[in-house]
Amino acid sequence: MELFAQQILNGLVTGSVYSLVALGLTLIYGTMNVPNFAHGQLFMFGAYLSYALVMRAGVHYWIAMAIAVVTLAIAGAVLERSVFRPLRHAPPLNSMIAALGVMLLLEAVAQNIWGPEFRHTDTPYGGIVSLFGLPVAAHRLILLGAAAASMMALLVFLTRTTAGAAIRATAQNPEAALLVGIDTGRVAMATFAISAALAAVAGALIAPISLVYPAMGTVVTLKAFVIVVLGGMGSVTGALIGGYLLALAESLGGTYVSATYQDLIAFVVLALVFTFRPAGLFKAAV
Amino acid sequence: MHLLPWAALLAAVIVPLLLPNEYYLQILTQGYVFAISACGLNVILGLAGQLSLAHSGFFGIGAYALALLATKAGISFWIGLPAGVALCAVSGYAIGSICLRSKGHYFAIFTMAVGIIIHLVIQKWESLTRGHIGVIGIPGPGPIGPISFDSTLARSYLALFFLVITVLAISRLVRSPVGRTLMAVRESEPLAAAVGVDVMAAKRLAFTISASLAGLAGGLFAGFIGFLGPESANVEMTFNTLLYVMVGGIGSLAGPVAGTFIVYGLSQVLAVLQHYQMIIFGLALVLLILFMPAGLAGAARSLMRQRVSEVKPS
Repeated sequence: MELFAQQILNGLVTGSVYSLVALGLTLIYGTMNVPNFAHGQLFMFGAYLSYALVMRAGVHYWIAMAIAVVTLAIAGAVLERSVFRPLRHAPPLNSMIAALGVMLLLEAVAQNIWGPEFRHTDTPYGGIVSLFGLPVAAHRLILLGAAAASMMALLVFLTRTTAGAAIRATAQNPEAALLVGIDTGRVAMATFAISAALAAVAGALIAPISLVYPAMGTVVTLKAFVIVVLGGMGSVTGALIGGYLLALAESLGGTYVSATYQDLIAFVVLALVFTFRPAGLFKAAV
Repeated sequence: MHLLPWAALLAAVIVPLLLPNEYYLQILTQGYVFAISACGLNVILGLAGQLSLAHSGFFGIGAYALALLATKAGISFWIGLPAGVALCAVSGYAIGSICLRSKGHYFAIFTMAVGIIIHLVIQKWESLTRGHIGVIGIPGPGPIGPISFDSTLARSYLALFFLVITVLAISRLVRSPVGRTLMAVRESEPLAAAVGVDVMAAKRLAFTISASLAGLAGGLFAGFIGFLGPESANVEMTFNTLLYVMVGGIGSLAGPVAGTFIVYGLSQVLAVLQHYQMIIFGLALVLLILFMPAGLAGAARSLMRQRVSEVKPS
């Protein structure tokens, strides 16, 4: 029973990260129709920035996270302006290849700056607390809370503010949004900034728990794609719930089915979904 | 203009004799092998317009088929190579039938998942593939009659032979009705379907050819190097191949070959490039797609067109 509870908790922790990353991916896909293969690398940079600030510059954990978030948001906006906006009217193939290029570039840059080693980050919440008799690392609870708070903030922003409404309108119909006076260029830039910021939050939260290394983004991108496909490309609630579901399936499957093939679970699920629903779960098959 | 292919072939025959040492000869041979793989990616990406990210998976299948048949069953290179290609053709046909029902972005994401599944299965199925340790002692090509393939020089000509066959076959394909059908599909699937093209069959054929060529390259790779690890099927290999195709010119005949030689050759020869290789690769991919989406072949074409229009203004 304790093993089961531990695995559920592990699933929720990983799920928080998956959901935060998948939310950014789905926002970009929804508003700009770009599958951003480089999204996991933004997450990886978020983790590295908080590692570098905490471990090498001695900055406080939360301040480090804030700096990482702001930096990544700016980087996201720059990326949109310099790479994806010029390709808006090019064939879809071009923006996909550009995203792959950005992905290779960011990973290589991280490797050149910080090296291929696995890096550990300290947290001010290093202790163990007891949760209903279950020993839990305090940082995991902080992660769960902070991730949930970020997601709530995003949902409130999207549903209760004018800027959020502009993003949702653009996602539903870019031409109509343009017609009613929404600056879709600014929306695209803001969306990129927000999703990069969410990825940075996820990276900074997970850094003290799992190790930070250059390739950590690739797997997460792929998992996020699986989630977004399952939840519906562009769907916010789908990404949110899908992230937790996939992580729980992985941690329980890894414990009770096969640890060797744990990483395969997500991709097999994706292949199965596409086999029977070639356009994803929540869109009519073409 | 028609002299160019012959000049290239002549150069390809002479250059190996002039290379100063084995190391360069080995790079050249690898270059031929990767060029075959790039030509394969170009069939599905350049001709049919589908971004398949499962390409290195098929490279891995072809390589492991030859390696395991040789080391576990004692089957020779000359049987293992076509067997690997056949396996890739069959699995390419089957996987293509499923993946190609998804379109555009979905196809890219689906094939990426397939590529990762193939890589993970190769890596984790230790009883068959020996996992991370890899397969060692893969025999190279045995002699055919009086011709022995033990020297690096002979192997480089063998790889060249397969590359020339590949390029000739693709050039025949491009000029055939099937090739035109593929290009119609690339330009607009609904339009192609409206004039009676069986879009699915066309794309599936391109995918099968592409997978088979990846398998051929994989088999040659395994036989020439003599050992094989799961990283040969890594998705990163697909990205490298994608860069070769993009640099040379997507959809053009000679582009992928030229692109492979420029990118792979430079990355092996220049030590500076080795350190910053992936930074340059990634940046090159982004800059190419932004400013030169048709690659070197496209740039050459538009340069030629400019000159023609300078001579006789229309």
